[in-house]
Amino acid sequence: MGRGSLVARILGGAAGLLLATGLYLGLVVVPPDAVQGDVQRIMYVHVPSIVTAYIAFFVVFCTSILYLWKRDLRLDAVAVSSAEIGVVFTGITLATGMIWGKPTWGVWWTWDARLTLTAILFTIYVGYLMLRAFAEEPLAAARYGAVLAILGFLDIPLNHLAVYWWRTLHQPSSILRPGGPSVASAMLLPLAMNFAGLILLFAYFLVERVRLERIRHRTAEVRLTRGRRG
Amino acid sequence: MLGELLRRTWAMTWKDVTVELRARERINAMLFFAALVLFIFNFALGPDRETLREVAPGLLWLAFLFTGMLGLGRSFQAERENECFEELLLTPGDRESIFFGKLAGNILFMVTAEALILPLFGILYNLDIWGLLPSLALVAFLGTVGFSAIGTLLAAMTAHLRAREVMLPLLLFPLTVPVILGSVRATEAILAGGGLTEVSHWLKLLGGFDVIFLVVCPLAFEFVLEE
Repeated sequence: MGRGSLVARILGGAAGLLLATGLYLGLVVVPPDAVQGDVQRIMYVHVPSIVTAYIAFFVVFCTSILYLWKRDLRLDAVAVSSAEIGVVFTGITLATGMIWGKPTWGVWWTWDARLTLTAILFTIYVGYLMLRAFAEEPLAAARYGAVLAILGFLDIPLNHLAVYWWRTLHQPSSILRPGGPSVASAMLLPLAMNFAGLILLFAYFLVERVRLERIRHRTAEVRLTRGRRG
Repeated sequence: MLGELLRRTWAMTWKDVTVELRARERINAMLFFAALVLFIFNFALGPDRETLREVAPGLLWLAFLFTGMLGLGRSFQAERENECFEELLLTPGDRESIFFGKLAGNILFMVTAEALILPLFGILYNLDIWGLLPSLALVAFLGTVGFSAIGTLLAAMTAHLRAREVMLPLLLFPLTVPVILGSVRATEAILAGGGLTEVSHWLKLLGGFDVIFLVVCPLAFEFVLEE
């Protein structure tokens, strides 16, 4: 298997290039926000991170259904890899959100709808990873994981409804909204680059992590056959 | 077809209830635990009646859910400890009847505990809940069904894990946030004197949650029981 494949290297390279340019534009070139000042620049990481996390969890959902149907362990490898990366991106979103919240809202944490939702999402998928770690054999881990991933994803819209009825304080979405985006046009370019960069980074991590999972499977097989012979 | 499913489901529930009536492993523990929880809250929050009144809906549901979880955990662990899992899988017919049977039993035990907690709660915390009992019972039932549907599925899953006692709550509580929020908010509004129409959106959310997971969980259950 050697080093990463050509696809992986292209993905990684493109992600690095886009992120470097996007961050440079966002953090250095674009003037600070009229109201929030420099703090607002955290948006360039915060917003693309949560979108990438949702993409990752959607991948987990789809590959989990497919796994239960086809029973191909490669699908399960994609599911678990994507879940791990999704948890990392959700963690980044929570951390950057808190760092932004302290100077803007005056508190690290508040039970605003979107913060709460992100935290719930985080706990569901950390639970998913723990469930897999505690399963006694790999096939059970794959089946239980797939079932939990489906439940967890179906839970998201219900959580949305419940939490929004409960409270709303977060800044409303400024890009996907009726009447066009409200972000200054100079900010849109770095934001778009970071979006693309983080999604490519996710793809790169996914390819590499799936490769790692396959090596793990193979190692386990080799150990098993050796054990039988010995 | 439906008659057959109902008959098998009933057989499963009847088995669980009979075992429970003879051994009294679960329900006694649940009832005592429920009483203890109400007792402990008092020490945690102090005897100030105004504070207690404000947090009452949350306390009530924490008592319901913790007690319910205690019962859920036992529902499949008992089968495992007595090495009855294989026999359970050998029962003829669809696996769905096992799920619905276990679920009905779990709901029954949880509702029994709630029926004790609710009046005890009213007495210990001096709340005038007696006229509100029908509305509260409706909210409690809707919440209990959703919580137990996911709980029964997860209990079957976690019964096969290492560290199974720890894993059930870790998976169950994040997934049932809509149930917890909906039930607590609806209870809060009812205790504050609001009618059922005032909480209709929460009731719809609870009902919707129940329907979705009453369809999805039995389907998913087939994959959990596979050996």
